[in-house]
Order: sequence, then C-alpha cells, then structure tokens
Amino acid sequence: MTGNVESAARAVDVWKSYGTGEAAVTALAGVSVEFDRGRFTAIMGPSGSGKSTLMHCLAGLDTIDSGDVWIGATKVNGLRDKGLTELRRSQVGFIFQQFNLLPTLTAEENITLPLAIGGQKVDRAWFDAVIDTVGLRDRLTHRPTQLSGGQQQRVACARALVARPEVVFADEPTGNLDSRSGAEVLGFLRRSAHEFGQTVVMVTHDPNAASYADRVIFLADGRIVRELHDPTAAAVLDTMKVLDGDDRLVVA
Amino acid sequence: MLKATLKSVLARKLRLVLSGLAVVLGVMFVSGSFVLTDTLDRSFKDLFATVYSEVDVEVAVKPKVDQDNPEAARAGTLTADDVKAVESVDGVRTAVGDVIGSARPIGENGKVLTTSGAPRVGTAWRDGGQEEMREGHPPRRDDEVAISAYLAETGGFQVGEQVSVLTLEPKRTFTVAGIFGYPGNRASLGGELTTAFTETTAQQLLLGTPGAFSGITVRADDGVSQAVLRDRIQAALGDAYQVKTGEQLAKEQADEIGEGLAFFNYVLLGFAGIALFVGIFIILNTFSIIVAQRTRELALLRAMGASRKQMIGSVVVEAVVIGLIASVVGLGAGIGVGALLANVFSTIGGGSLHLAGIAVPPSAIISSFAVGIIVTVLAALLPALRASRIAPVAALREAATPDRPLTRLTVAGGALSLVGGGMLGFGFAGGSLWPILSGLLLSFIGVALLTPLISRPVVSLIGKLLAWSMPGTLGRRNSARNPRRTAITAAALMVGIALITGVSVVLTSATTSITKVADTQIKADLIISGESTNGQAGGTFGPDRVEKVLATPGVESAFGWYNDGVLIDGQRKFGTVVTDVPAMERIFGLTSTSGTISDLEDGEIGLDEATATALNLRQGGTATVQTTKGEQRAYTVAFVLAKTTLVADSVFLPRSTADEFALAQVNTAFVKTDPGANVADVRKSIEPLFADNPEVSVQDLSSFVRQQTAQLDTVLLMIQILLALAILIAVLGVINTLALSVIERTRELGLLRAIGMRRAQVMRMITVESVVISVFGALLGLVVGTALGVAAVQALKDQGFTDLGIPWMQLGSYLLIAAGVGVVAAILPAIRAARLNVLQAISYE
Ligand SMILES: Nc1ncnc2c1ncn2[C@@H]1O[C@H](COP(=O)(O)OP(=O)(O)O)[C@@H](O)[C@H]1O
Ligand SMILES: [Mg+2]
Repeated sequence: MTGNVESAARAVDVWKSYGTGEAAVTALAGVSVEFDRGRFTAIMGPSGSGKSTLMHCLAGLDTIDSGDVWIGATKVNGLRDKGLTELRRSQVGFIFQQFNLLPTLTAEENITLPLAIGGQKVDRAWFDAVIDTVGLRDRLTHRPTQLSGGQQQRVACARALVARPEVVFADEPTGNLDSRSGAEVLGFLRRSAHEFGQTVVMVTHDPNAASYADRVIFLADGRIVRELHDPTAAAVLDTMKVLDGDDRLVVA
Repeated sequence: MLKATLKSVLARKLRLVLSGLAVVLGVMFVSGSFVLTDTLDRSFKDLFATVYSEVDVEVAVKPKVDQDNPEAARAGTLTADDVKAVESVDGVRTAVGDVIGSARPIGENGKVLTTSGAPRVGTAWRDGGQEEMREGHPPRRDDEVAISAYLAETGGFQVGEQVSVLTLEPKRTFTVAGIFGYPGNRASLGGELTTAFTETTAQQLLLGTPGAFSGITVRADDGVSQAVLRDRIQAALGDAYQVKTGEQLAKEQADEIGEGLAFFNYVLLGFAGIALFVGIFIILNTFSIIVAQRTRELALLRAMGASRKQMIGSVVVEAVVIGLIASVVGLGAGIGVGALLANVFSTIGGGSLHLAGIAVPPSAIISSFAVGIIVTVLAALLPALRASRIAPVAALREAATPDRPLTRLTVAGGALSLVGGGMLGFGFAGGSLWPILSGLLLSFIGVALLTPLISRPVVSLIGKLLAWSMPGTLGRRNSARNPRRTAITAAALMVGIALITGVSVVLTSATTSITKVADTQIKADLIISGESTNGQAGGTFGPDRVEKVLATPGVESAFGWYNDGVLIDGQRKFGTVVTDVPAMERIFGLTSTSGTISDLEDGEIGLDEATATALNLRQGGTATVQTTKGEQRAYTVAFVLAKTTLVADSVFLPRSTADEFALAQVNTAFVKTDPGANVADVRKSIEPLFADNPEVSVQDLSSFVRQQTAQLDTVLLMIQILLALAILIAVLGVINTLALSVIERTRELGLLRAIGMRRAQVMRMITVESVVISVFGALLGLVVGTALGVAAVQALKDQGFTDLGIPWMQLGSYLLIAAGVGVVAAILPAIRAARLNVLQAISYE
C-alpha cells in the first residue's frame, strides 16, 4: 500500500488498546479515515470515544496495535523516535487545549520555535501572512503571561502553521476560551484551510465549533459511526442527539 | 498532621534522596573522622605498650633543651659506669645499656629507604630481647648486621647479601648476617626499619662515641613495682638523669601521637563542617522548591483550618525524618570509610601498623545524629516559615505567587557581607582564628544572599556566551527563570571553589615571595642540602666536606651551617653555627644595625633584629645560652643583623658550640662560584664529594627553590582533595535543582518534544542550564576566593608574604572544571527529560 498523494493524512483499519487482560480498553477499533488536503475536519464523539487517541496515533505521538497510519507520503507506524520527531517537526502542527507556549519565550519566538529547533530559516513572507491573519502583529514581543487566553491560542495556531506542515492537529483548541475568543480561533483555522490550503483536523465536543469545519466525523467506542459534510451547528446537534439515543438504546 | 507529613515524605522520596545525600556525605565525613582517629589512637597505644612491654624502667640523660624532634634528641650519652650504678640499685634484676640511633639503609636503586612515618632505627644487637632470629645469626663481626624482617622485605635483602647504611657517618657497607622478626610473626612492631650492629660498631656509628650508651633498660626483681624502682634509681643517680617507667614511656609516646591525631581529627572535622555548610544550601533549596510546588496543597490545608504552627511543624517534622535517616546512613557509611582509611593507613608500606579492632566511639554516634538532624532542621527552617505564610486564598489562585522582590534579601546580604568582611579583616590583622572563621561564614552567607541579585545580569551574560542554538537559548532562559533557586545552587558551589581559590592564591603568593627572595637576596649559585624524610634525622654531612667544597676549582666562597634548638635567657630559639660568617654576610647580603658582622669568638653571639628586640638585647649586652649538650654560659652580643627574611628567629653561635649540638653536622651549605665559572661544571665537580651520601644533593638555586616550594603544592593538593567533598555535595545540589526543574517543567518538555524537539536537543537544553549555573557558581567562588586570598596575603605581609601571586592558570582550570561538572551534573536530569513520555506530559485530563 502506498501513501495517497491526495490525502494529507490517512488511517487504515487502526486498532489501539490500552492495558492488558481484564483491564484492557479498546480505544480504537478498526478506524479507517482519510483527510483530504486543504480541508478542515472536526472529530466529535462522547468523552472516552477515542478522539484524542485517534489524533495522537495519526500524529505519531502514540503507537498503534495494528493497521497503518500515513502522513502525506510518510508511513508513520514503524518510524523510530528520530523519524517520529522529524515528522512532528516538519509534517505536523499541534494546537493543544492549553499550555501551548513556553513561558520563557516571546510570542514571536514561540511561533518560530519549530523552525528554530530544526535549524531552519523563517520564511518571512509566510510568517507575515500568518501573523496578519491571526492579528498578532502588535503582540510579537510579549511573553505568554502578558497575553490573554485567546491570544495565546492564536499564537499556538500561528506556530502550528509556520512550518507549513502537512496537517495541523488541534485537540479541543477552544475548550478553555470564551465564545468570542473561540470564534476567532475557529475562524482562523477555517481560513487557513480555505485560503492557505492547510489541512486541519480538530477534536471538539462543541457542535458550534464543529460547524466551522467542512466535514464532521463522529466516533463512538473507538469506531467511526457517522459523518457529515458542510455541517451546520443544528445538524451536528441533531446527529449527536441521534447517536446519544443509540447509545442509550445500547445501554438499555 | 504527622501522618500526612510522613506520607508526603514518602511520596517525594526520590526528590529528597539527593538532598538527604548531602547530609549523608557530611555525616559520613564526621563519623568517619572519629572512627579513623579513634582506631589509630588505640592502635598506637597498643604499639607502644608492645614496644615497652619488656621495659620496667628506662634511664637516659636529661635533655637540657627540650627537643621537638625525639630522634634528634641526643641529649647526651651514658657510660658503662652508669650501667653499673643502675645495676647496683636494690630491686634491679638486669640493667642493659642500649645503643639506639638513626640508621638509614640504602635500597637497591641507590636511594635511601623511606617509611611512611615510622623511624629508621639503628641498634646494638642484644640477646634476650623481643627480637626473634628467623634466619642466619646475630651480627658477630663489625662488618655484619642483622636486619628486621620488614627491612628485608622493603629493601629486598637476603642473608649473606650486602647492605649499605647511612648513620652519623657516611655510607658504610655490611653483610646481612641474620634476619629477625617479632613475637606474633610480625615483621616490625609498627612499620619501623631496624638495623642491628655489634655493640662497638653501633656505639661508633650511632652515638659517635666508643663505649657510650644512649639509655639503660632496666628489668625489676619480682615484687618490685615499676614506680618504686624508678624512684630508687632516680634517687641513686641524681637529677642529671631522666628515669621513667616503661608504662610512663608508652603512655607519653602514645599521647604524643594522640595529640597529633586529635589535631588531624580537628582538621578533618573542619572540612566536614564545610561540607555540611554546603549541604545546608542544598537542603534549603530542596525544601524551598518543594514548598513552592506544594503551595496550593498547603494553602488548602490552611483553608481547612490548619494553624501556622502546624504548617511549620509539618515541614520541620519532614526535616527531622530526613535528618534522622541521613544520620543513620551517614554513620554507617562513616564507620565503613573510617575502617577503610585505617586499613589503608596501616597497610601503607606493607602491613606495618597492627590495627586495633575497629570500634565506634560514642563521639561518632552523638556527633552524627546531632549534626545530621541539626543541619537538616536548620536548613528547613526558612522554607517552613515560608510555608506558614502561605495565604489560604493561594489555594484558589491559578498561578503560583510571583517572586517576591529581592530588596530585603539584598540589604541583608550586603550587611552580612560587610560585617563578615570586617571580622575577616580584624581576624587577619590579629592573626586569630575565630574572627576569621566566623567572618568567613558570615561573608559566605552574605554573598549567598546577594547572589539572586547578581545572578540576573551575570547568568544572562554567561548564557549568551554558551547558548548559540535554540536548545541553548531555552536552557539559558530556564536558568535565569528562578533567580533564587539558581543563586542558592550556585552559592553552594561557590563555597568550595572560593576556599580552594583562596588557598591557591595564598600558596602561590608564598611561592612567588620565596622565589623572589631567593632571586634577589641569595647570591649563592649552588646549594648543598639533605632531604630528611618525615623530619627524621638524615641528610647532614661533616664540616670537612665544606672545606673540600671550598677547595674545588671554580668555587669563590662557601659556608655551611649547623642547627639545633637552644635556650637563650630561658627562651627556646633556633641556634645556628655558621662555618664562615663573612661568607654568609656576602652571599646573603646581610647588614648590621650595630656591631660588625664577623666570625664569632668564643663567648660571642649574633642576633637578628627581631630576636634581639624580643629578648630585649643590644650589641654589647649579655645573655645566658643553654645548648643541648653543653653547660649554660654567658655570651656577649657581638652584632645585630638588620631585618632580613633569610634569617629570622636565629641566634648565631661561635663554631666551638657546634660540638654541643645534638648533631655536630652541617645540614645546608651555600656556594658562590667564581665570576665566569660555569655553574653546571662546578656542580659536577662538587657532586662526587657527596657520592657516599645519597641523602645529600647539590642543586642550583632555582631547583633548590622549586624543591622547597614543591611542598606547598602537596599542601594544596591535600586541601583540594578534602574540599572535593564540599564540591561534590554542591554538584548534588545542581543535579537536585535540575531534577526538580525537569519535574516542574514536564509539560513544557512534553510540548517541546511534541512539536519536534529531538532528544539530543532536550539534553543539550538541560546541559546548558546546568553549565550556566555551575559556571556562575565558579565565577562567584573565584571572585570571592581571590578577594579572600588577597586579604590574607596583605595581612601576612610581615610574615614574609612580600609578593601577591594570582594563579591564573589554576583559576582558569577551576572554571573549566566547573563547566565540566555542569555537564556531568546534567547527565541524569537530561536523560530523564529526554526519556519523558510525551503523551503523559501533555495530557491534562
Ligand atoms: N494512557 C491510557 N491508558 C489507558 N487507557 C487510556 C489511555 N488513554 C486513553 N485511554 C482510554 O482510551 C479510551 C479513549 O480515550 P480518549 O482517546 O482520550 O477519548 P476522548 O479523547 O474521546 O475523550 C478511553 O476509554 C480512555 O479511558
Ligand atoms: Mg480527549
């Protein structure tokens, strides 16, 4: 099997479980999914459904039990630490829910950190474009403690984009933000997909956040159970309710 | 509350291990010193009890001048009549004349055999002594000797072989007739090298007088106690004789060594104190970090109603627990180290000292627990107070409380440094120890308090020099992140390095001063001198050799001198007889303040200015002088020398008094060559004159000076070794700080790894942080130590420290070593950081 040039990231029949014996938990049960280049995808599902696990496995942060994971033309499973590190530095961008920034660095240094670590030069034009899009021009010399939560997340977004990675993964990027700041961040993620052709994969449990995406994937018990394209918040909410009902049905 | 505290100790046991280790090492040093000196002390008591086991009473000539060196104390000799007189005393079973002196055998390589402190003894063979003939027979002819098994072992001698021996006379060669040992299959009693001659040979070679005895060994009749017999013999012989019981002698000699050991113990404890002082910094730092990390937990306790006292209590109890555990471990380790060192000591030179069993003296146990617990609690007190000041609302706050301003610390540090510096100055000026020590302590604490303020600019400067890549920059910023933590860690390193630096500066200044004095004031081209190992006799030569040197072509002038202690107006001074005073005047460039410098006639003495002032004497005045062997006589002061560093504290005596010295031999001669003569050639012509005496060497001035100053290097090395433990503890502190920082920054490290930082880069980041802290500490130490050294040298100006010498190379190497130490200290924390599980680090559920 070869990497598909059309998809930025791909999972093929991925299985992943934690622990052994009685205590074993199957976090991913045969997930196959493709993320098209330049698209903004949201992954939704109840807590414990395997959203973060899927993201970590796709990004080379966690190992899988079986199946295959591709980032662009690179097969992720089978890479050793050095290769994974290299992959994360150049092919993947991360936005976490919180603690995204190093307190000792300024906003600008934080943004260019992946390049500095790799000893690469900053592409000034691209950097300027990203900065202007996130609107951080006048905050570049500030330390994280001098920035609001929303500004910090925008710095994190800029950092994720600055190395022009194959995919940007965002795990609940707006989980800790008020709705206005959250909207700014989501708007930026959407623009980076549409204007810059950046592939973005975002984990969220907020239907409103998911409505910014081009496509929503629903996970439950480690399986993909539903998919929506060009969703509205209402459509997402409806799907959630339906799945919730299924769940209750299953439990009952 | 207690239960909660114990639980928290256990929960953080790994973090506390390193700080506990600092206490363990300090306590180990303390208890090890006690165990070592106690064991050696008992071993020497046993040794001398054995040595004098077959002596009930010993008779000798009473010394007229108290001698520092027992081996040189040939106060005088006894005759066969004296032996008879003792024999006739009621209660004496046997009285045997002893002939004991110094005999230094020469090994196969032509060098004189040395011991590690035990004497090299020559004696007349006596049947019926403790000696047990193992092989061959006792010396029967004047060219035969019997040697101890230990000497045979050391020199590789066998029966029938030749052995050359140095005594009062130059090299003489003998045939080994026999080899003897001691009861219990011992090769020696305490590592001494013994050569036994026939009586007549011994008297000639060891005492220089035919028919003479150095002492009389007496055995008592049954039922007569040692003390009773002593008193009877003393009464029969009169006051000119010194009569002592065997028990008394054994005790005196053991006590003398015991005093040396006690001093040695104080020195070791001093270094242990330094190590513990450094340990305090480490523990203080650990507790501070832990309290800071537990702020929310502690605030929660406060919010739930825990009192301030309880907060202090919880931290102090934790300290007591750690102190207790560290004391137990340290005591155990100390016993091991003490036993090990005692064994090393006893086996230096091949199983020479018979070790008494290792025991743990109460002083070791008491001091271990006292020191371990007090030090730990003391160090935890400040963090405990800080814990008690945490406001309950801190439990609700998101971020940790910001760093408090450094103003108060800085003011306190400045004040302490000033007071400490003042006390140091006072101490140096008065030459008294306690103000110096407390001044040092206060200065160190003062500077340590100032370090957070200094650290900001200095650390960022050091960091800029070291950090050129992104990981480096991060490491540098991390080290500047918490000025207090960095400062205390660096200050701990400062203490050891400052002391080493101070000592280096003082010793280098001594070397510089000595070299300069030699270069500018001594006009001798060659110096003939003996090496006397461990201050034992040896390395002297007859005055006839000086005459022969003088007759050597190319020699312009030469003089030699004899030395011995004398009493002048009842005070002990250094008596010197010079073979040619005008030659000394020229070669040393001496001038007089009164009188003319010339050879002294009988009844005349010369003094240097300081001695004359101290004795309240002037040219033309009279003083009574007592030499070792002569009668007390009145002398007139013929000249007083102007102040010079070359001869201080000296009384110059006429040549005739040389025979009254314990040893009528020259120990140093100074030679000036003809202008235009080749010094090396002259040296080659002089050397054969001393071919029969391998203890004596002919050196040019600069190598002589180098040989003298080389001893200072040994002193420096010893101090460096002893201070190494303080530095090791400081390194533990660096490791501790880094390890705690790595734990604190888990999430940051995870983030860095997640966005693509390589493991090697993570390690480099931690290493740079470590090196920055270490180099900062070393710089502080170098600055403070140099200041201390310069102050000490200033204060010692009158003691001959004329020149200041800064050992730049050494200081540079200390800095490099500190950087190396930083790299080493970073290894474990760096590996830990690099191994971090990225997923765990970044998960926040
Ligand atoms: N490190 C882990 N060890 C054991 N179980 C884990 C671990 N990480 C996740 N799990 C389990 O895997 C399942 C999926 O978790 P996760 O992917 O975090 O879900 P989500 O992000 O959707 O809330 C859950 O049942 C969770 O308990
Ligand atoms: Mg999750």
